[in-house]
Amino acid sequence: MASDVVIRVDGLGKQYRIGTLGMSYRTLRDTVIEVARAPLNLFRKSELEPAERKNGHTTIWALKDISFEVNRGQVLGIIGRNGAGKSTLLKILSRVTDPTEGFGEIQGRVGSLLEVGTGFHPELTGRENIFLNGAILGMHRTEIARKFDEIVDFSEVGAFIDTPVKRYSSGMYLRLAFAVAAHLEPEILVVDEVLAVGDAEFQRKCLGKMSDVAQQGRTVLFVSHNMSAILRLTQETIVIEKGKMGMRAPTPQAVDYYLSQGYSQEGQRFWTAEEVPSEAAPFCPVAVRLTNIQGRVVDTVRSVEPCAIEFEYELQSAVTGLRVGVYLMSTRGEYVFTSFDTDETDRFERLPTRAAGRYVSRCILPADFLNEGRFVIGVNASSYRVKRYFQDEKALTFTVDAIGAPGMQWPEPRMGAVRPRLDWEIEVL
Amino acid sequence: MRPARGWIPLNLSALWAYRELVYFLTWRDIKVRYKQAALGITWAIIQPVISMIIFTLIFGRLAGLKTDANIPQSWYPIFSFAALLPWQMFQGALQRAGISLVGNANLLTKVYFPRLIIPFSAVAAGLVDFGAAFLVLTGLMIYYGVPFQWNMFWILPLVILALLSSLAVGLWLSALNVQYRDVQQMIPFLLQAWMYASPVVYSIDMIPAKGPWRFLYSLNPMTGVIQGFRWALLGGTPPNESMIASVLMVLLLLISGLFYFRRMERTFADMV
Repeated sequence: MASDVVIRVDGLGKQYRIGTLGMSYRTLRDTVIEVARAPLNLFRKSELEPAERKNGHTTIWALKDISFEVNRGQVLGIIGRNGAGKSTLLKILSRVTDPTEGFGEIQGRVGSLLEVGTGFHPELTGRENIFLNGAILGMHRTEIARKFDEIVDFSEVGAFIDTPVKRYSSGMYLRLAFAVAAHLEPEILVVDEVLAVGDAEFQRKCLGKMSDVAQQGRTVLFVSHNMSAILRLTQETIVIEKGKMGMRAPTPQAVDYYLSQGYSQEGQRFWTAEEVPSEAAPFCPVAVRLTNIQGRVVDTVRSVEPCAIEFEYELQSAVTGLRVGVYLMSTRGEYVFTSFDTDETDRFERLPTRAAGRYVSRCILPADFLNEGRFVIGVNASSYRVKRYFQDEKALTFTVDAIGAPGMQWPEPRMGAVRPRLDWEIEVL
Repeated sequence: MRPARGWIPLNLSALWAYRELVYFLTWRDIKVRYKQAALGITWAIIQPVISMIIFTLIFGRLAGLKTDANIPQSWYPIFSFAALLPWQMFQGALQRAGISLVGNANLLTKVYFPRLIIPFSAVAAGLVDFGAAFLVLTGLMIYYGVPFQWNMFWILPLVILALLSSLAVGLWLSALNVQYRDVQQMIPFLLQAWMYASPVVYSIDMIPAKGPWRFLYSLNPMTGVIQGFRWALLGGTPPNESMIASVLMVLLLLISGLFYFRRMERTFADMV
């Protein structure tokens, strides 16, 4: 291993067993039954494929063929969709779980933050939890004692330091938890999405602390869904797709790739025949999908680029006065807008009746419109005051990424569902 | 890190490197146990004292169970208390150790440290209760006028033996409990049966000295411990031969438990 390579991972794979009953652990009874059945199985083998029958479990590879190296002092980002295997990779690297195949090597003391506040006990006071949590994260008692005041300052819970943390607000709790974690000083830091805590002000502080760590020349592996944080903190990034290495590239390139990548199963929603209520007839929804500027179906779009919502449907017979439309909601359930394809009166008059057939109603969301966050698309098909054929208020969710949007030079969340680029004038009076 | 297969070396030196964590987890267990309890640590005294009173009334008076041959019958309260002391420490330690891994699932899935630390610190937390109850024992000994003897210092190794017994069994049970939650349902019954299989309320003199009975009885490590306590403190029947069987049994359980634990360890984070 070259002296500068501190993390080397070669052909790493992790296989998980998924219980058919969705049970995460076996009971003694299961084993007893299996043992009792084992002799029976000898007589009727070859009827089912052995892997399936052996214990009613199927397996999946959460991670497969992951290989990379990280040099000393490098800050490497890891991005990928939920369930792509990022967390599994970090768990293997922090030795929480063993790989099924391949191997990894790390030189130096590793501090891993897979979660903030691991081991916090609600009954203990803030002071006690700082020591406990510090010890769990691998700090020595003297080290914690030395940094104690700094940790308390950073967490801003000073007055409540001798109160049990169960009496803390969730914000205070998270601040204290992150404060301990932020003062960990290992040679290699493995961080999983810990910036997603606390209020805007505190997030800004955390981001600052993280970039301090990065500038001190320590090696950092950083997983996040927050593309602006990834862009800010890392030079190089790995994209993980469905457990495999997607690409490794300089961060801006990797982020571009990740955001523009078509994930065909995501970003669209199909309705099966069973999901459509019979009273919807003759209207039959087929799919709703979100496409980016390149026309790819995506589940993440950029705030600074236009995107399109398409609703595909079939009419089994002609329908008079039909309007097909979408709702847009924030994930908290606030409506952003409602819009129908025949909102323009002249279009409505031109299309009084739609003949039987297959249609797509498509609307374009302009660039510089939505703020960052998750949004929910709902669909509706109705004839005004006659009949509502079909409605699904949670048809599809997607993410808006605000890279390049106005005000992104300040890493603070902006209030509001929209983030328009407005013309400002500054006048000296 | 690489896929681990088969038996794994114990690597006890890693435990030493993490000794501060053992200390903090033990301290947390103790602290949390008596938080927001008006009587606090006094419970560590109340529990054995109440048990002693019940045992004295039921087994000493009603059932008329005899003390060891060379302990006066009027000493039954202290006779049972001398047994309750190590027994309750063993019982508490085993109970906590047995469910310790599942109880600390959030740690197992998020942070790396030698997993042995968890049952270790669960067992170590038993010492504090022991210390508190020991004060009561000292009081009782003065009250009953038990003469001082140098043998009394034997209780130090005996305490260690009791802790090792609970650790040995605790290692097996905690690792099994990760996979089979049935274990935590079984522990109370196991302990109840175990208490009656140990000379807590009665004297070892009741076990026939002829034939294999004494030997079989001594395979229970707590027999040696309790017998040793009574002998060291009150001058009861010496534990000679039962002690050897008990020590060997503890070693056997402990070593097998350690290896079993290490073998299962790598699946904990995925199974728990």
